[in-house]
Amino acid sequence: MTLFFENARLIDPETLTQKLGNVIVDGDRIAAIGEMAAPGDAEIIECHGKCLAPGIVDWGVKIGEPGERHRESFRSAGLAAAAGGVTTIIARPDTNPAIDTPEILEFVTRRAQESAPVRIRHMAALTKARAGREMTEIGFLQDAGAVAFSDCEHVTADTKVLSRAFSYARSLDALVICHPQDPGLSKGAAVTSGKFASLRGLPGVSPMAERMGLDRDMGLVEMTGARYHADQVTCARTLPALERAKTNGLDVTAGISIHHLTLNEFDVGDYRTFFKLTPPLRPETDRMAMVEAVASGLIDVICSMHTPADEESKRLPFEEAASGAVALETFLPAAMRLYHAGALSLPQLFRAMSLNPAKRLGLPQGRLAEGAPADLVLFDPDAPFLLDRFKLHSKSKNTPFDGQRMEGKVLATFVAGVQVYRAGQ
Amino acid sequence: MAFRARHLLGIEHLAPEDIRTVLDLAERYVELNRRTVKRTDALAGMTQINMFFENSTRTQASFELAGKRLGADVMNMAVAQSSVKKGETLIDTAMTLNAMHPDLLVVRHGNSGAVNLLAEKVNCAVLNAGDGKHEHPTQALLDALTIRRAKGRLQRLTVAICGDIAHSRVARSNLILLGKMENRVRLIAPPTLMPAGVAEFGCEVFDDMRAGLEGADVVMMLRLQKERMDGGFIPSEREYFHRYGLDAEKLSYAKEDAIVMHPGPMNRGVEIDGTLADDINRSVIQDQVEMGVAVRMACMDLLAQNLRAERGRAATEGTYV
Repeated sequence: MTLFFENARLIDPETLTQKLGNVIVDGDRIAAIGEMAAPGDAEIIECHGKCLAPGIVDWGVKIGEPGERHRESFRSAGLAAAAGGVTTIIARPDTNPAIDTPEILEFVTRRAQESAPVRIRHMAALTKARAGREMTEIGFLQDAGAVAFSDCEHVTADTKVLSRAFSYARSLDALVICHPQDPGLSKGAAVTSGKFASLRGLPGVSPMAERMGLDRDMGLVEMTGARYHADQVTCARTLPALERAKTNGLDVTAGISIHHLTLNEFDVGDYRTFFKLTPPLRPETDRMAMVEAVASGLIDVICSMHTPADEESKRLPFEEAASGAVALETFLPAAMRLYHAGALSLPQLFRAMSLNPAKRLGLPQGRLAEGAPADLVLFDPDAPFLLDRFKLHSKSKNTPFDGQRMEGKVLATFVAGVQVYRAGQ
Repeated sequence: MAFRARHLLGIEHLAPEDIRTVLDLAERYVELNRRTVKRTDALAGMTQINMFFENSTRTQASFELAGKRLGADVMNMAVAQSSVKKGETLIDTAMTLNAMHPDLLVVRHGNSGAVNLLAEKVNCAVLNAGDGKHEHPTQALLDALTIRRAKGRLQRLTVAICGDIAHSRVARSNLILLGKMENRVRLIAPPTLMPAGVAEFGCEVFDDMRAGLEGADVVMMLRLQKERMDGGFIPSEREYFHRYGLDAEKLSYAKEDAIVMHPGPMNRGVEIDGTLADDINRSVIQDQVEMGVAVRMACMDLLAQNLRAERGRAATEGTYV
């Protein structure tokens, strides 16, 4: 099967350029890019100058299988991903039970393959049951297909356990992912400490807790030589520590969720629990610093941190409500806010959403180049719409963007040269 | 007339004019409460339910008395002991009560914002009797009335609020109210009991009590909220009393005619010296309790008026003393 994308605005995150042109997809690969004419047998997809970019590689998606399928299944997450231009989901191991044995990993891998229209790769837990006491079978899990190792938002307080897991992972060249946060300071926090937290009477955590968390982890990385990724760096105060680690040659990268780049602490307003996230939303000054850090490349990855939560767990007083937001489907429209604000160019966005996560995880995706997998998203960055959360494909509807005006619509999504989503369907 | 709100959830959403309206009406209820026959029919036929998810004796009694004196049918739900223990959510409890058609719901809850959440789900007037560390609006209003009666005005006063600010909804509501009425507010507390970012609220922050009390017209002490603390905020109660407990010596830094307030219940010998609390020349603590009933009557009367207007009945029917 040959596809011919005609007259598309090609977003190339590798060269940070965009230009009008055509793309030929042969089978599951990109065969050619340029001004050439359509091959005779090709199916022609007229793009009308809309954007064609490498599909999003979304690192850190929570899917409720096993254990919480009422929140999200591989099927529903896959459909939401396809509708959002996400062609590869990197799923989190914070399931119930945690993905901490090769057997569970094989089970979810099989479930994902049969149910989802997009690619799903899995992270495995770094410690058994994510409890921070004993490391998992990192070698076996790697053989079974784990792309990285993480205890998600659980921070292992015992540095001895963590240092062993780090050095063992290094021997296998495995990537470890941590949530930089000092567990003591952040205990019980629902928002970022400061004027807003005090006004609302909510328990807050100082931004310093994130910096201390990263500083500690950097010490362990320096000690063990581990390959390390910080799942979310959200505070301006953390940036110098990250920059120092990179300058010193540590094998370190960092990510941030799209919500922390597009929302701030005031969005919580009168205790709106859909805006309760981990880590909590930050002041506007932090948000702006983070956008700059993504532009400069200091922060490598933007992810959705897709966290489905059912209605009951959000219809509670703020402190007791579940944390997290769904985002697979709103990821790209939300990212367009940064583009329309002039903060980030489209190639810069796709460098952080597609290229960098794929590169860091050792996947061939994320590039718009000859020979690369034909995982593509065709979208209109300017198309306006009003977001209705009940129209989302996710089983859970906890999006902070409900009822908001958005710009940027996915027109079509392709995985391995096969169309998995078309707008209006 | 001002005060058009549907609910009273906090001071944050009140205008100075609203505050004056409540206090003026409360003055009339103070007079009524001093008569032998204290009954009026402002809330006649209406149902008031007190839902206290946190245990309370004083505030609940004050609201109950206020409702009864206004002629309402008052019911106390012992929610702290009942359905919540069986796993019912806050919203379900509220919906159940709502189905019984109450007119006024007086709610206290241990979580900040819980009363706001509940108010979205019911179609009666909701009165916040304290939510977590957020607000306690009737306490701030009764404090304001006490100050206005003792000082003859409620503006251009220097008010020192001392003690456990971090865990206190009383402090937040007072801070907001006193600011709205153009007073100078000082907060005095050890740094561990001072919430983050308070300096941005437009008040002065002190960790030295004597410096903070210098020239104050009003000294408002707060209770050390041991039940809200999860350990280690102060080294010991005796050191706390030594540095932050109000006694005659520390009070001498305030103005000679400064009044001493406390929202109760007091920990004598922890935040306030017992003798000083009982000194009728300085302490207005008993007045605060008295004003509490009158202010709560005024708030409920105003909310009931708005409720009637909203329900399309004559807004003037049986509302005044």
